[in-house]
Amino acid sequence: MASVRVTQILSGIAEGSDIVAGLPQRLVSACARALPVTGVGLVLMTDKGPAGMVAATDGPAKTMEDLQFTLGEGPCVDSSRTGRPVLQPDLARSGPARWPGFSAGALAAGIRAIFAFPLQVGGIRLGVLDLYRDRLGVLSDDELAEALSFADAAKAMLLHLQAQDSLDGAEVGAIPVIEDRAEVHQASGMISVQADVTLAQALVLLRARAFAAERPILDLARDVLGRVVRFRSDDEGQILEY
Amino acid sequence: MNESPRLARVFVELADTLVDEFDAVDFLQMLIDRCVELLHVDAAGLMLADQRGSLQLMASTAERARLLELFELQAEEGPCLDCFTTGSPVINVDLTEARGRWPRFTPAAVEAGFGGTHALPMRLRRQVIGAINLFTDGQTALDDDAVAIAQAMADVATIGLLHERNLSEQTLLSEQLQTALNSRVLIEQAKGVLAVRADISVAEAFTRMRTHARRDGVTLTAVATALVNGSLDARDLVTS
Repeated sequence: MASVRVTQILSGIAEGSDIVAGLPQRLVSACARALPVTGVGLVLMTDKGPAGMVAATDGPAKTMEDLQFTLGEGPCVDSSRTGRPVLQPDLARSGPARWPGFSAGALAAGIRAIFAFPLQVGGIRLGVLDLYRDRLGVLSDDELAEALSFADAAKAMLLHLQAQDSLDGAEVGAIPVIEDRAEVHQASGMISVQADVTLAQALVLLRARAFAAERPILDLARDVLGRVVRFRSDDEGQILEY
Repeated sequence: MNESPRLARVFVELADTLVDEFDAVDFLQMLIDRCVELLHVDAAGLMLADQRGSLQLMASTAERARLLELFELQAEEGPCLDCFTTGSPVINVDLTEARGRWPRFTPAAVEAGFGGTHALPMRLRRQVIGAINLFTDGQTALDDDAVAIAQAMADVATIGLLHERNLSEQTLLSEQLQTALNSRVLIEQAKGVLAVRADISVAEAFTRMRTHARRDGVTLTAVATALVNGSLDARDLVTS
């Protein structure tokens, strides 16, 4: 099962340290170790473009992310804009026409292949996970599956970090894997309207309430769908469940 | 009854979707809608294997079929899974007599009002990338011609996903599958948004989104995006 590997990755990076801030760096390092790549970068994205680098392995990964941020073009920018992975096993052949500035810089830095994975949960746009390699070639099926598991882990981690922003000093704990169930996503959509929050916040709310009530998230999602549980924000912006 | 003109029209319509603004979710949804019409079945669903080999439900024509197929994935047994595992069609299964084969799926299917089922593999050379599931209320058998049409539709679904030939098959399928999976999540979120805004059920929300997409000639993914980011008002969607 896919989520088993994602859970392994998440517990691996959470282990041995209670410092939340170190999670992204440990994730990109673990990703670079698990796959035959030269470097890995994790970038936050908004609708307008790159919004900052969260973490990158040493070496060319930092240069790659800087290039994309400065030029506003590159596989990671495209991946976030279109919401699809951008797999470029031969950058020298396919890159220059598509991203002239970026490709020149990347090739000069010795990069030959790039694989960018969008970190999105439907309409929730979190960022992009970029994998770089100094030699040509596609990722094997197993490597692709592994890269996608790291992308899923990165999504769960970024959502978790967003939730932590409002809970100062909270510990890492177990980062919950995002439930890929239709009902959970439908309920997130409903809560986003009821409480007037973003979809990302709605998903965090749903998970937090399930956790607090010690109920499976799917159960709570079904109650939201059945209008048994509703969320709303009061005049002070506090989210209430009723 | 001669089905050729209708079949030809369907293939022209499908070919027409293989253009620049290709949207995998929309394409697959239209394909199974046409399956239901052409084959005179009562519901259909389509599952694709993701990059990690697990089947994911990509499209279905009716809520009761959607729930049944999600159950099939959870229970890990049923026509689609058999078809996917073996790569061979599963044809004319009488659900009143299928308990021995699928002890958990069969009662759920009967409960959902279905009497018969079929499944066709989506094959790409030696690889099976997914399957189409057909459901009938009674025990209607498909004749050889109908089976051939059903398999042709499954093949068209595969070809459709591969139509952008400028990229390698692996790269393209991976990119499309992941995009389609994310679009599916987006559509679920949009159903929730619309259900609250218009105070309707999630099933009715989906019907309105599809009607709107068809009427305006836009993709389902585009309608979902517009609902989620607020650029499309719930009141602009016609009630069906």
